[in-house]
Parts: sequence; C-alpha cells; structure tokens
Amino acid sequence: MQALYAQLLVGLINGSFYALLSLGLAVIFGMLNIINFAHGALYMMGAFVAYFLLNLGGINYWWALLLAPIIVGIFGMLLERTMLKFLTGLDHLYGLLLTFGIALIVQGVFQNYFGSSGLPYSIPDQLKGGLNLGFMFLPIYRAWVVVFSLFVCIATWFLIEKTRLGAYLRAATENPTLVRAFGINVPRMITLTYGLGVGLAALAGVLSAPINQVRPLMGADLIIVVFAVVVIGGMGSIMGSIITGFALGVIEGLTKYFYPEASNTVVFVLMVLVLLVKPTGLTGRAA
Amino acid sequence: MKKSIASLLLGTALAVTTAGAAFAQDKTVKIGALSDQSGLYADLGGPGSTLAAQMAVEDSGLTGKGWKIDIISGDHQNKPDIGTAIARQWFDVDKVDIIVDVPNSGVALAVNNVVKEKNGVYINSGAATSDLTNAQCSPNTVHWTYDTYMLAHTTGQALVKAGGDTWFFLTADYAFGAALERDTTAVITANGGKVVGGVKHPLNTPDFSSFLLQAQASKAKIIGLANAGGDTTNTIKQAAEFGIVKGGQKLAALLLFLTDVKAIGLETAQGLNFTETFYWDMNDKTRAFSKRFAEKMKNSAPPTMVQAGVYAGVRHYLKALEALGGNPHDGVKVVEKMKSMPTEDDLFGKGEIQPNGRTIHNAYLFEVKKPSESKGPWDFYKLVGTVPGEQAFTPLSESKCALLKK
Repeated sequence: MQALYAQLLVGLINGSFYALLSLGLAVIFGMLNIINFAHGALYMMGAFVAYFLLNLGGINYWWALLLAPIIVGIFGMLLERTMLKFLTGLDHLYGLLLTFGIALIVQGVFQNYFGSSGLPYSIPDQLKGGLNLGFMFLPIYRAWVVVFSLFVCIATWFLIEKTRLGAYLRAATENPTLVRAFGINVPRMITLTYGLGVGLAALAGVLSAPINQVRPLMGADLIIVVFAVVVIGGMGSIMGSIITGFALGVIEGLTKYFYPEASNTVVFVLMVLVLLVKPTGLTGRAA
Repeated sequence: MKKSIASLLLGTALAVTTAGAAFAQDKTVKIGALSDQSGLYADLGGPGSTLAAQMAVEDSGLTGKGWKIDIISGDHQNKPDIGTAIARQWFDVDKVDIIVDVPNSGVALAVNNVVKEKNGVYINSGAATSDLTNAQCSPNTVHWTYDTYMLAHTTGQALVKAGGDTWFFLTADYAFGAALERDTTAVITANGGKVVGGVKHPLNTPDFSSFLLQAQASKAKIIGLANAGGDTTNTIKQAAEFGIVKGGQKLAALLLFLTDVKAIGLETAQGLNFTETFYWDMNDKTRAFSKRFAEKMKNSAPPTMVQAGVYAGVRHYLKALEALGGNPHDGVKVVEKMKSMPTEDDLFGKGEIQPNGRTIHNAYLFEVKKPSESKGPWDFYKLVGTVPGEQAFTPLSESKCALLKK
C-alpha cells in the first residue's frame, strides 16, 4: 500500500510536465488554431538554453527559470512573425505540417552539434536532497516541480479566463474583425500568445533539465504523449489540459507499478476509449 | 553534337575497361555501416562507427594497392524491420559485401538472418546479445567487442563476489535486456546469490522514478541495470536523485559506455564499476588512434569501444581479404579466412576469432573517477582489473552454436 502512495506521487510529478506542456499547446490551439508540433522542440530548447546559460554565462538555475522562457519565447515570436502568420485562415493541416517541419529542423541542428546522449545539468544546491515521508523518499526537487507547475498552470488559467487581457484574447479568436474595430492590435496579440505558449514549453524544459538528460530528442519523446493529453482533455480547453495532464501522469505511474511493459501505451489506449465515448474530449465543446 | 557523342563513346569505353579490370581482379569492396544514427545509441555507434570504418580502410593501405573500397551508412532507427529492409537493399541493389556495427540486439539478430541468407559478411560490434555466437550463430557472422555473457561474468561476478548477493533488475524490454538479465542471473545464482525481483521497462523511457521506487522497496543489495545508452544514463541520474546509493544499495551498470559517462557527468557517475574491452587512454597506441579519431569527430569525442570494435573488425576483414587476394563476395569463405588468422591491432591487442564467430580479447574492469581525479574532458576511467579473454567470454564447451557440432 505504501508503494502505491509513492507511485501516485511520482505520477503526479510526471503529470506536472504533461500539464505544463499541454497547457501551452492548448493556449496556442485555442487562440491561434495551430496544432503546434514544434512544441517538443521548443521544450528541448528551453533545457538547452538553461544549459548554455549555466555553462557559458555562469547564470544559475533560478535565473534560467526566468530567462530561458523569455529567450525561447522570443524565438517563438520570430517563428510566428516570419512563418506561422501566413497560415491564418488555412486548414489545421498546414500548421501541423509547418510546425512538424520546424521541429525536425531544430532537433536536427541540435543533434548535429550535441550528439544524442545528452549533456549533464545538476539540481541546484538549494533543492538537493530529499524528505523521508515514511512511505517513500521524496527528492525535494521533484516536490518543487509539482508545486511550481501547479502555480504556473493556475496563473495561466487565471490570465486567460479571468483577466481583461484574456477576454480580449478570447474575443480576438472568436471575431478578429470586430475586435480590431475596437482599436486592438490583433496580430500583435496573436504573436504574444504564441510567445506565451512557447515560453510555457521552455519553462517545462528548464524544470526537466536536472531530472532528464538535456538531449536533442527529449521533446520528440514526450510530444506524442502530450498530444494525447490535449486530445483527451479536449483541444483548446485550458482547464481540461491541466487536469488531464496531472491525471494521466498518475495513471501512467500506476501502470508502471502494475504492468510496466504497457506504460508507454496506456495513454493512447485511454485516448481511444475517450474518443469513442466523447469525440470532443473530456472537457471540449463541439465546434 | 559530334563532340558530345565522341565523349559519350569515350566515356562508355572507359567505363567498360575499368569495370572489366575490377572484375578481373575482383578487388572492389563495399562496406555498409548500419547503425542507430539519430536515436539513443547514436553517440556510441552512429556516425563515429562510419568514421572508424573509413579509418580502417585508410590504414589498411589497400586503396594504394589498387583496391576500390566504398563505405555507405544507414540508420536502422532501432527497428528490426527497418534494419532488415536496409540490409536487403544493400545486398540486392547496392551490392554491399559486408555489414558492420549494428547496435541494438533486436535489430542485430534480425540482420544476422539476412546476412546469412545473402552469404555476406557481418561484423557486429554494437550489439550485446550473446545469442549472436550462441543459439543463433551463423557462419557469416563475427561478433567483436563485447557481449552479455562477458558483461555478466566480469561486472556481475565481481559484484557478487564483493558481497552483492541479492539483486533487483531494471531491464530494457527487448532482446538485449532479456539476454543480459538471463546471463547475469546465471552468474548470480552460480555464485550463491539471489535475484529478488525486477521490472521490464520500455526502450527509451525518460522517467525511471517509478521503477527505482520498486527497486528501492525490494531492499536488494544490488540494482542491476540491464539497459544501455540513454536509458542507463537516465536511470543513474535519477537513482542519485532518489538517494538510492546513499541509502545503501549499489547500482550495477552492467553496460556503460564512455559517452554515457560524459552525459551523466562525473559528479553523479563517480565510483560506478563496469566493464569495457577498449578505453582510449590505455596505452600509446590507443591514445594515438583516439587522437586521430577525435580530430575528425564533430564533438571531438574519442572512440567508444563499439566504434573501436568497428575499426578493428574492418581492419581484420581487410587483412583476410588481402590474404585471399580478393573476391569479397563469398561471405562464408571470407569469414573462415578471418577465423584462421589471429587478430592483432592497436586497439584490442592480440586475440582470435573462435569457430562460433566470437572474437576473444581482454576485458577490463573500470571505475569512474572522481571529478577531482579527472585531468581532461574525457579522462573518466580508472583501471581496476584485467580479465583475460578466455575467462571473459563463453567457453566453447558451453556454447550452443551449431557450427561447433560438425
């Protein structure tokens, strides 16, 4: 029974990565109507930027948490300005193909220069060590990841659903012409939104750097699962992706305990089941 | 127009004569370096293995003697179906004579059948499964560098003898993990130890915390890692995070490569014991080769034992071909010649190829240095012990290879 608690907690930790990544995807899909396949590559860039900041600039983890999302976010905004903006009004498929291509190029470039086995990034001194909870040894860093991710998820939800800026954003996606008529610069809002989504991916990358190797393919390995999370939660639904992200982490953790061989596929089995019953996803609305 | 017809005729005539010359001497060799070029084993084999094969061709000096030796490379993506498709195309369309490297035991065993069917030559350096020279041995196959039997009988045995008598396995869920767990379990029980549990994890798993918690709960003295590459580095890194070694359990990295240690960093990897058959900093000859190799690598990395094995294997293959005077297209004949000649090169020293295709050479037990002991970017290993080849690899009396029952 104790082992089960431990697995639940570990699942929650992985779930926080899924939640952060799927949140960014949901924001981008909800506001820009783009299925952002480059999300995994941008997550990987976040981890690499943290690595460079530390090893080239001597800038520590805490600053990386702030700077890496900004740097990668700016890169994302450049992508949006130079490429993605031409996709407005086109079928989803174009966005998917373009971003998939971008992901392949970015990953290819990193792999060419840094190989595939990855670079070490250690846990910051303040978060080293662990707590003995009785039923498990909880590394402090993992606890931090859960708490911090939850905070970021809720803050993002609040920003989009409860603030005036969020209201503008939602209005701009519903009826861009009307919102423009009110004197709001819609293209700039779109660019900033993409930057925000990308920044969330990069933030997850920084959080993951001390746990996983900083590897060019770290995002490619994760992105398919994250897409499943978004589909299960309902495309574009902010709260749906947060809740599903955490829930799937837990389910995956439990599978690793009871039947480890299936841990890579359980998410997709769930996706199939959910789509059979509710094609719009758990919290999605019909289009 | 006239001019172009003339040059076309001239060109055709030239092509016919050179093709004729090649046929007469039959000194045209095509080498296919089949590896994981982009996935979790790409750094330990991959482009470095292709480079090693190229260096072997250059160092053989055969091109200066009129031989034409080409190398092509392919990416099997760790998928047996892709690996065999490439191998078939290479033999049927590209007229490849020999396939080298092929890390990933699942792919390696699949390609083994294709090479046998096509009567090519197969020098495997990257895969670990001992089945390649045991139950599934082939007259076309030479297995260089290392295998699961050797890993089990060096690292595994040393740890059991040092008191690690209860084991829990974290095993990669494919042919390699199964073979390594099987061979190590045999060693553990033969030495009076016991396996108390284990989990099989999917290949290329980013998070091992669930599995590590199970290993921790098992209270086994040794947690045996029957996985490789990125899986091993992630396990070791996350084991440190969960305080496994501090809690009194010991990690046995049954298979660890130079590039893995680099990826983990000495801070976390220090003190790990493991076995390799090649390390760049062994002697003047290995250092000289590694320096030349690193200069040509994009990330200036010295060769791993897999890449070193590709070099040594291709060198020996070309020596055998030279002794035969050409005709590389009959794989069984070439491999027989390779087996009849003792092996000797700068990287592995003296050795031999046994009738079952297993190359025998020394194996070395290493320990990862502390960060304070390391003097350079790739100065990672301390030599702990040397195991002579005859003790490290499967004795012929124990081999189930059908080639031995003639």
